[in-house]
Amino acid sequence: MELIWDGIREAARLWWAGDAEIIEITLRTLAISSAATAIALLIGIPLGAVLALRRFWGRGLIVAAVNTGMGMPPVVVGLIVALILWRTGPLGDLNLIYTPTAMVVAQLLLSLPLVVGFSLASIQSVNPRLIGQMWAMGANRLQVLWLLVRETRLGLLAAVMAGFGAAISEVGASMQVGGNLAGETRVLTTATVLETGRGNFEVAIALSLVLVVLAFLVNLVLTGVQQRRPVA
Amino acid sequence: MTSRSDAHLQVRDLTIQRGGVNVLEIDALDMPRGLVTVVIGPNGSGKSTLLGALQLVLHPTSGTLTLDGQPMDADPVKTRRRMSAAFQEPLLLSMSVQANVELPLRLRGVDRRTRRESAEHWLARFGITDLARRHARQLSGGEAQRVSLARAFASQPEVLLLDEPFAGVDAPTREGLIEDFAEIVSQARPTTVLVTHDRDEALRLGDHAVLLIGGRVRQTAAPVDIFERPADRAVAEFVGMENVWAGRRSESGVYQAGGVRLASTAKSVALGAPAFLCVRPERITLAHAADSAANQFRAVVRAVRPRGPVVRAELTSGRLDLTADVPVTVWDELGLTVGDEAVARIAPADLHVMDAPD
Repeated sequence: MELIWDGIREAARLWWAGDAEIIEITLRTLAISSAATAIALLIGIPLGAVLALRRFWGRGLIVAAVNTGMGMPPVVVGLIVALILWRTGPLGDLNLIYTPTAMVVAQLLLSLPLVVGFSLASIQSVNPRLIGQMWAMGANRLQVLWLLVRETRLGLLAAVMAGFGAAISEVGASMQVGGNLAGETRVLTTATVLETGRGNFEVAIALSLVLVVLAFLVNLVLTGVQQRRPVA
Repeated sequence: MTSRSDAHLQVRDLTIQRGGVNVLEIDALDMPRGLVTVVIGPNGSGKSTLLGALQLVLHPTSGTLTLDGQPMDADPVKTRRRMSAAFQEPLLLSMSVQANVELPLRLRGVDRRTRRESAEHWLARFGITDLARRHARQLSGGEAQRVSLARAFASQPEVLLLDEPFAGVDAPTREGLIEDFAEIVSQARPTTVLVTHDRDEALRLGDHAVLLIGGRVRQTAAPVDIFERPADRAVAEFVGMENVWAGRRSESGVYQAGGVRLASTAKSVALGAPAFLCVRPERITLAHAADSAANQFRAVVRAVRPRGPVVRAELTSGRLDLTADVPVTVWDELGLTVGDEAVARIAPADLHVMDAPD
């Protein structure tokens, strides 16, 4: 028990002192996970809309793949990305292994199925006659997509939260493709694993609390947007 | 039938198939400019399918749809922006009433000030200015339908497509809404296609009517003509023409049906030729004694069924069964009961004659 209290006290001290390394790791974590989530949203929402609104050959297969992807173990994703980006791998010439970009790719692959799946479910729940009314009002394709996003914002914000949550919380893939290099690819989750392994529990607790508070703050903002009473 | 030059919307050789079966098959149909065309017909007759095709959400298997002589599907978005639609469900988006009404203009890139002015104008026309800031989810059914109609008018469409917009509203609210709509549509005069199954609505709002049965046009005429002078037996049955009798012309303007001699001023068939004679139940009057008018015959009351403001009486005269809707007050004065004899009267102008197969 004392170990935990010491850890919390040390965490508070590190926060209070504004530990440079923790700040740097936090900012890097935020940057990598935000980039992965943003790209996942850009691809995932339109893809979810297409899967929700169109019927085409192979659609069922794609939806099944998306559903499988929603529960994909991060270490498997990490392994796949590592094999592709490895120096002798298909994209080895890009020299991306053990870089933040590789971590963005891995986190993107983890959050994309969640964003697609949540978007698909949200948009599919819209009354098809309401979509017909959008066309009848003279909307073009992009405007229909915009109206659908607006109409399903509750579900889509859940997609953002799930996507960001998956990205920021994963550790296996980041470790495999990022390498946990100090000052380069170390993020809150990989740093926590490292410090726990070293027995520096107070630092590990401090990093974990930062991670939890960060995730909470981001979700607090998103929840605020989601639950805001829409007026116009 | 309207001349081609007046036709704003035209349908030619249209077929729409579902599962390999033709659900709509229309050779030619014109919707006159600035008038209300009501489309009536039983369930599954293709009314909503026709509206879906005009909205360009259902794709014809063959045939053409034109607006001002131009194919409607050449640029669907452009065509849809000349039209608007309202349905039985209000289908409002999750935003304020004002934003809903402004939305069609917003989609057309109209500036904010014009949008606001237009929305305010149409909200006032439909008597719902006080709802402008209310969220769409906080409206009653009648209010939501008013917003839906205000939204349909806000873009000042050339063509208004309506699919039973008054059907989901309770009776008292519906009366007021139809009254307001009739006034607004008569002033704005968009070319309107109104799908309805309601006779009163068709008669009150329609300038022109199209009756569909089994995906085919069975009659186009003024609404009153469809209800009073159906083209054939199937139409007569659909429009509630309870009295359809097989008869034969015996002399000029005179027919024999079920042993009763009946005169009609309607179109004639050849002497001796078979015909269907029909009359609406509310056009038959009952009395205790005959007078000098034509088409009077004695009939025995078989059954009596109160139906709100009227009493439906089933009578028999010889081999002729007839149904009469008599206003309650008149029925009470007559004091008739089952088994009593009465005199049934049909004005010759109310007796419609249809061709019948030999």
